Amino acid sequence: MQNLSKVKGGKRQYKDNKAGHIFLLPWTIGLFAITLGPMAMSLYLSFTNYNLLQAPEWIGGANFVRMFQDDRLINSLQVTFTYVLVGVPLQLIVALLIALLLDRGMRGLAFYRSVFYLPSMLGSSVAIAVLWKQLFGTSGLVNQVLAMFGIEGMGWISNPDTALSTLILLHVWTFGSPMVIFLAGLRQIPAMYYEAASIDGATRLRKFVSITLPLLSPIIFFNLVLQIIGAFQNFTQAFIVSNGTGGPADSTMFFTLYLYQQGFKGFDMGYASAMAWLLVMIVGAFTAVNFLASKYWVFYDD
Amino acid sequence: MIEQKTDSSATVTAEGSSAPPQTPAEVRSATAPPPMNKYRPSPRVVLRAVIKHVVMVASALLMIYPLLWMIVSSLRPTDVIFREPGLFLTTFEWANYEQGWNALSHPFSHFLMNSAIVVFGCILGNLISCSLAAYAFARLDFRFKKIMFGLMLMTIMLPIHVIIVPQYIMFSQIGWVNTFLPIIIPKLLATDAFFIFLMVQFIRGIPKDMDEAARIDGAGHARIFLQVILPLMVPALATTAIFTFIWTWSDFFTSLIYLTDPSMYTVPVALRAFIDATGESNWGSLFAMSIVTLLPVFLAFLLGQKFLVKGIATTGIK
Repeated sequence: MQNLSKVKGGKRQYKDNKAGHIFLLPWTIGLFAITLGPMAMSLYLSFTNYNLLQAPEWIGGANFVRMFQDDRLINSLQVTFTYVLVGVPLQLIVALLIALLLDRGMRGLAFYRSVFYLPSMLGSSVAIAVLWKQLFGTSGLVNQVLAMFGIEGMGWISNPDTALSTLILLHVWTFGSPMVIFLAGLRQIPAMYYEAASIDGATRLRKFVSITLPLLSPIIFFNLVLQIIGAFQNFTQAFIVSNGTGGPADSTMFFTLYLYQQGFKGFDMGYASAMAWLLVMIVGAFTAVNFLASKYWVFYDD
Repeated sequence: MIEQKTDSSATVTAEGSSAPPQTPAEVRSATAPPPMNKYRPSPRVVLRAVIKHVVMVASALLMIYPLLWMIVSSLRPTDVIFREPGLFLTTFEWANYEQGWNALSHPFSHFLMNSAIVVFGCILGNLISCSLAAYAFARLDFRFKKIMFGLMLMTIMLPIHVIIVPQYIMFSQIGWVNTFLPIIIPKLLATDAFFIFLMVQFIRGIPKDMDEAARIDGAGHARIFLQVILPLMVPALATTAIFTFIWTWSDFFTSLIYLTDPSMYTVPVALRAFIDATGESNWGSLFAMSIVTLLPVFLAFLLGQKFLVKGIATTGIK
C-alpha cells in the first residue's frame, strides 16, 4: 500500500478525494437536507411562535422561559427522569445477572439467549404496548394471577401511583439487547484470570468484584450510554398505554409525548422545537457526564 | 469435561420434569452417577447446576409467558380472556381474527401491504446508501474525512425529535405528507448512521490485500466496491436488512406523524386506529390483530437471529 501511493503520488490522492466524496454523496445530502438543515431550522423556530399557518414570529427566549413555568412540562421531565434513572439501571442489572448465569459452558445457551432476547426485538411495538395495557389492567393477567393467591389486585395502569412503574417494568423486560452485549463482553475475559484467582483461593464474589467488573466496565459503560440515550426517547409505550393522553393524571406523560402533543396536536411548533432542543441538551449533558465520570470507573486493559 | 457432565445431567432434571425445585436430597439421589465413575461431580456442583437451570427455565418462562398468553387469548372469546390466566385452549375462536381483519375502513391486508412497501423501500435505501458511505469511510482517504466521520457518529445519538418538526414542515410544504416518501427518502440518504458504523466496522475486518490486489489489477473504486467488498460484506448487509425490517415494521412515531390518511396507514398506526375504533371492549380482536402485526417481526427474528446477535454484540444497536 505504501509503495502504491509512492508510485502514483499526488494523482492517487486526487482520485481518492473524488471517489470519497462521490461515495459519500447520498450521506452528505442527507446530512445537510435531513439532519443539519432541519436542526438549524429547529433552532430558529425555537425562538419563534409558529402554528404552521402564519409566518413564524420572532419572540426571543420566550419559549424557553415558558418551559420553566409550564408545570406539565416540569412534570413530564420528572416522569422521564424517573423512567431513565430507575428503568435503565434495573434493566442493566437484570441483563448482567442473566448474562453471568448464561456464561461459560451453559447447556441450552442459544435457546435461553433467544428467549431473553426476543422481548427486546418486539418491545417497542404497538402490539406489545397493547399487551402491557391488558396485563396490568383492572381485569388483566397480573390481577388474575394475584387472585389465584387470594390477593385483590388493582388497576395498575389506571392508578397514577403505579402507571409509570408498569412502563419501567416493560423497559426492564427488554433487557435482551444489553444482555447479548454483556455476553459478548464476558467471553472476552481470559479464563486464566479466574483460574489464577482460584489458585489464590479467591471466592466467587471476590472474583466477580476484582476480575469481572473491572474487565467488563467498558461494556457496562457502553450499555449505560446507549440505554440512557434510548430511554430518554421512549414514546410508543406511553402513547399507547395512555391512549395518547399521558394519563392517568399525567403520570405517564413522557417528555417526548408532551412534545408530540404540543407540536402535532396543538400545532405550537415553536414551543415544540424549544422542547426538542431542551431534550438534546439533556441527552447531551447525560452523555457528557457519563463520559467524564467514566474516567473514574471504566478500566481499559491496554 | 467435569463441567459438561454436570450440566447435562442437570439439564435433564431441570427441563425434563418441569416440576418445582426438588429438595437437595432428591436431586442428589436422582442425578448422582454410579460410584464407579472416576469423575463423579460433587453433590454441591450438581446442586448448583440444577438450581441454575431451574432459575433459568423459570425466568425464561416468565419472560415469554405474556406473549404465549396473548397468542392463546387471541383465540378465545373476549369474556373468557378476563377469567383465564392459563394457556389451555378448549376451542379455537378464529372469529377474533376475522372480525379484527375487517374492522377498519380497509381490510388489514391493506395495511400489511403499506407496511411491506415502506419496509422494502427502507431496506433498499439503507443497503445502498449506507454501504456506499461505509466504503468511503473505511477504505478511502479524502479531505474532511475525520470531520465527516465525527459528524456521522454524532448523528447516531441525535434524538429524532430535534429534527422532526422542521422535517414535517419541509415535507408538508413539498406535498409529501400522506405518502411514504418522508419515511423512505431519508433512508436513501443514509440517515440511519448506525448502519454505516456497523458496516465500517465490518469492512475494517476485511483484509486490505484484497482490494489492493484488485487496485493493482487496474480496478477502480466502483469495481472494488461492487466486486470485492460488497460480496464479502453480506453478513453486515443481512444484519442491516433484518434490523431495518424489524425497526421499520414496528416504527410508530414517524408513521403517526406523516401518515394520517387511513388508506396510507402502516400496521402500527392501523393497530392504534383499531383501538380507537373498537374501544377496549374487544380484547380478542385487538390481540388477534396484535399477533398479526408481530408475526412478521417474529419470523424476521427467527430467520435472522444469528445476524442479529452478531450485529448487536459488535455494535450494540438494539
